[in-house]
Amino acid sequence: KVQLFLIFKNSGFLWFRISEDTQQQIIRETFHLVSKRDENVCNFLEGGLLIGGSDNKLIYRHYATLYFVFCVDSSESELGILDLIQVFVETLDKCFENVCELDLIFHVDKVHNILAEMVMGGMVLETNMNEIVTQIDAQNKLEKSEAGLAGAPARAVSAVKNMNLPEIPRNINIGDISIKVPNLPSFK
Amino acid sequence: MPAVSKGDGMRGLAVFISDIRNCKSKEAEIKRINKELANIRSKFKGDKALDGYSKKKYVCKLLFIFLLGHDIDFGHMEAVNLLSSNKYTEKQIGYLFISVLVNSNSELIRLINNAIKNDLASRNPTFMCLALHCIANVGSREMGEAFAADIPRILVAGDSMDSVKQSAALCLLRLYKASPDLVPMGEWTARVVHLLNDQHMGVVTAAVSLITCLCKKNPDDFKTCISLAVSRLSRIVSSASTDLQDYTYYFVPAPWLSVKLLRLLQCYPPPEDAAVKGRLVECLETVLNKAQEPPKSKKVQHSNAKNAILFETISLIIHYDSEPNLLVRACNQLGQFLQHRETNLRYLALESMCTLASSEFSHEAVKTHIDTVINALKTERDVSVRQRAADLLYAMCDRSNAKQIVSEMLRYLETADYAIREEIVLKVAILAEKYAVDYSWYVDTILNLIRIAGDYVSEEVWYRVLQIVTNRDDVQGYAAKTVFEALQAPACHENMVKVGGYILGEFGNLIAGDPRSSPPVQFSLLHSKFHLCSVATRALLLSTYIKFINLFPETKATIQGVLRAGSQLRNADVELQQRAVEYLTLSSVASTDVLATVLEEMPPFPERESSILAKLKRKKGPGAGSALDDGRRDASSNDINGGVEPTPSTVSTPSPSADLLGLRAAPPPAAPPAPASAGNLLVDVFDGPAAQPSLGATPEEAFLSELEPPAPESPMALLADPAPAADPGPEDIGPPIPEADELLNKFVCKNNGVLFENQLLQIGVKSEFRQNLGRMYLFYGNKTSVQFQNFSPTVVHPGDLQTQLAVQTKRVAAQVDGGAQVQQVLNIECLRDFLTPPLLSVRFRYGGAPQSLTLKLPVTINKFFQPTEMAAQDFFQRWKQLSLPQQEAQKIFKANHPMDAEVTKAKLLGFGSALLDNVDPNPENFVGAGIIQTKALQVGCLLRLEPNAQAQMYRLTLRTSKEPVSRHLCELLAQQF
Repeated sequence: KVQLFLIFKNSGFLWFRISEDTQQQIIRETFHLVSKRDENVCNFLEGGLLIGGSDNKLIYRHYATLYFVFCVDSSESELGILDLIQVFVETLDKCFENVCELDLIFHVDKVHNILAEMVMGGMVLETNMNEIVTQIDAQNKLEKSEAGLAGAPARAVSAVKNMNLPEIPRNINIGDISIKVPNLPSFK
Repeated sequence: MPAVSKGDGMRGLAVFISDIRNCKSKEAEIKRINKELANIRSKFKGDKALDGYSKKKYVCKLLFIFLLGHDIDFGHMEAVNLLSSNKYTEKQIGYLFISVLVNSNSELIRLINNAIKNDLASRNPTFMCLALHCIANVGSREMGEAFAADIPRILVAGDSMDSVKQSAALCLLRLYKASPDLVPMGEWTARVVHLLNDQHMGVVTAAVSLITCLCKKNPDDFKTCISLAVSRLSRIVSSASTDLQDYTYYFVPAPWLSVKLLRLLQCYPPPEDAAVKGRLVECLETVLNKAQEPPKSKKVQHSNAKNAILFETISLIIHYDSEPNLLVRACNQLGQFLQHRETNLRYLALESMCTLASSEFSHEAVKTHIDTVINALKTERDVSVRQRAADLLYAMCDRSNAKQIVSEMLRYLETADYAIREEIVLKVAILAEKYAVDYSWYVDTILNLIRIAGDYVSEEVWYRVLQIVTNRDDVQGYAAKTVFEALQAPACHENMVKVGGYILGEFGNLIAGDPRSSPPVQFSLLHSKFHLCSVATRALLLSTYIKFINLFPETKATIQGVLRAGSQLRNADVELQQRAVEYLTLSSVASTDVLATVLEEMPPFPERESSILAKLKRKKGPGAGSALDDGRRDASSNDINGGVEPTPSTVSTPSPSADLLGLRAAPPPAAPPAPASAGNLLVDVFDGPAAQPSLGATPEEAFLSELEPPAPESPMALLADPAPAADPGPEDIGPPIPEADELLNKFVCKNNGVLFENQLLQIGVKSEFRQNLGRMYLFYGNKTSVQFQNFSPTVVHPGDLQTQLAVQTKRVAAQVDGGAQVQQVLNIECLRDFLTPPLLSVRFRYGGAPQSLTLKLPVTINKFFQPTEMAAQDFFQRWKQLSLPQQEAQKIFKANHPMDAEVTKAKLLGFGSALLDNVDPNPENFVGAGIIQTKALQVGCLLRLEPNAQAQMYRLTLRTSKEPVSRHLCELLAQQF
């Protein structure tokens, strides 16, 4: 069972979704545990009591400045979860076309939808990327057919994206560091 | 074309998010958020009804604010309103908000449930999925009550779309996990199993997850899933990488589903049906074979997916634990991974191997990787991996490699991460105890632990070493010497001072002969640490000091001086002050005897499960217990040092103070000064979990009793207690009970009878002696209706007796049921003449309370009499030969019994000598002769008993070739009349 999913970057949190009543502290501690780790170490981490006992593990992947962290219990395969993270990121990349950090911020609801197509109530629902993308596509079509206003918001977003982002100091939760907004590595 | 239409979002939201991101400070951000919250509030409260789009936008803003880490306490009602919208986007945001910000307001829940109900009934798959997701994400009991009955129906309905089925399966799983009682089993279960055959792999994946969970509680209901799962797995494993199209992930067909299927199979034992089993074994072999094939892609995703299946396959093989061939292949595969460059694989290989080590088929194979694992412990950069390596070393440890593993772990401890030091300490302590062949190694190991990682040596660990040293007299001298040396280090850990203080207080006398560790040196060494220690340790040291006064009278003045010092007598700490006052008074008031009694050496601790093991189990949580347990099925590693030690070869010592205080049957009152009053200092030593016979000990006992030889000449020496060798000195033995001499006297002239009896226990004796050999049967009868536990009778040879008399005993069962009787056979050999009888010490637990008593074993020198007939002339000739004054012993004493000639005759015969008629001119007198047979020599004995009926007196004269024998026999016999 997936107890916790969160995305954060080197300097702070970006996005998280917790399946149960969990405090901010868990997120904070997870951030500290994971972000301190070197490259080339393994992607599994036993958080102990903090994340609900020795049955739970943190499994994470690091993409450029972003960490994708799952906290899962022993009923899940570790390598399977690594695959799942990869599928998730690839799906994001497909849905947002070269996904970047900003997409995750400006489209919280969309990211949630994509995750919801993969993980539901903590259980893995679908791992086939094409299937997920098909579902998301269908939702977008619905959305378009319902949307009256179009175009203007899109321009607003692209205006924001085209601002001189590297200079913008960002303060999402912790830290106050200027960050490059890199594209995620391509998955071809 | 991008799948997400980025432009169709909400403009106001995008602007708000940009604003937030442009905030230069935390304060500015909070200000902006508060402004927005006020705006949304006023919009929600306003008179003008909001349209769906605005509601959606504001709800979405609230959600974003929440995700930034701010509390949201309104907006729920607006979100609920969105649920009943017909527009997908509005409904979806409503559900998202509800799922993320669950609110237990019952009015809201009712409205939400109503909306969900409508959507479930809508036959619109998108809406149904949204509703199912919401139920699964919230997963509350209320929702379970409302929908648990509907969802199975949706799941197995013929016309449900695949995506709906998928969601329904997981939704049901979620509800079942939250409240199993709400999910009724029924007709649908069989149809769920058949979802394993579904065309749609996503449906199968979701169904496998559901079945894996449900079958744990109802294995029989879902049994048919085994063959379906095997055939599904087989189809996937044998398919070409392109067959499954979308479900092929980096050239690996359906890795996720394969893993899930393999997990499901781990809920059951191996398939009974031979065909199914054959097919499954084929699958497992195929997976193992594929692992050896060159990779189809260099991408890490490819190897991840492939290995996810491989590891799960290995888990299944380990779970079955029945195919030696597969187990060994699995072990070899893991062995390859141990050296893989991927850290993840090394980590997982170590983890899997840990479980493999507990299989009897693969334990040896795992052991061959010891060097690699040790290397991992030394060189891995990642603490997670090192931790796994330490776990594996612990799991693969057995008698053959214990020394190597323990020394490597000790070495690792010097540099180990702080987070895992305590665990390593516990593991080392357990392994050292469990596989100790000689206990000096054990003592060295624990002292090294304290030296290297003193801070992480918990109370359990150092209590345990004290328990073991106290219970094993063969290691006490060594322990005393070693702690003494360890304490000489300029900076030694406080735990070392505690152990040192305790051990020297108990056994310092064993090294006092060496001038380098003479009593004053021992004392000043300990006292030099005193002022550096915590209160608890100082309290312990004070007890050591008072024990020193008893052990070494020459230190009395110095120690009294220390106790008398103001810093002790007026110590601010009440415990220290009390000890100082009491000990000072005790040492000045009590006589040497009383002091010796009060400060008697600690009695052996009752054996029980190691508290360290218990602690490690607690630390690792219940899940890991089995791995840490001695769940090892390997017969060869059947450890003899298991959690509960077999009856210690040490000899029991009923505390002498018990007698003194008239509390004989009470537990040894723990030498009042030391631990009892030390707060919680040593509490654990006394009242931990009661002893549980471990699996390790039981077979051993059965083993012994089965092989019990019929005759004493057979390999008995092998199996019997190594009593003479491991015999403790007399100082270990509590004095016999006061009646012991009286009881012994009853058996001087007879060989059978009841030796002892109280309310609990009866001890009967039957014995026969021939030449210098004897055999004695002791019968222990439990007079109560309660089982005696840890029943352990042992024979002790005080003083030089062990060079004079050899007694071999066999162990008896540690439990004596209520009303039952157990028998113990003693084989006795008289090596040379002796004066004092051996002691029989019986210890057991009755209703939890330890009982002990010491008796004198009815073996006296006269038992080895060989009667000798001789003529009067010969008698007088020998009588005259034994005319040296020290060869004769004579006693004149009053008759205690009626003076009956026949009874006297019987007693003399029972005593063992021949009765010679017509020797003494006075027919009233008795004359006897015999030879005492010992292995080393024979002692000729002549005796004469002259009754004086008028005076009611006797005169007894003994002449033997050995002076002490004369006196001893005279004394023994004089008490019989």
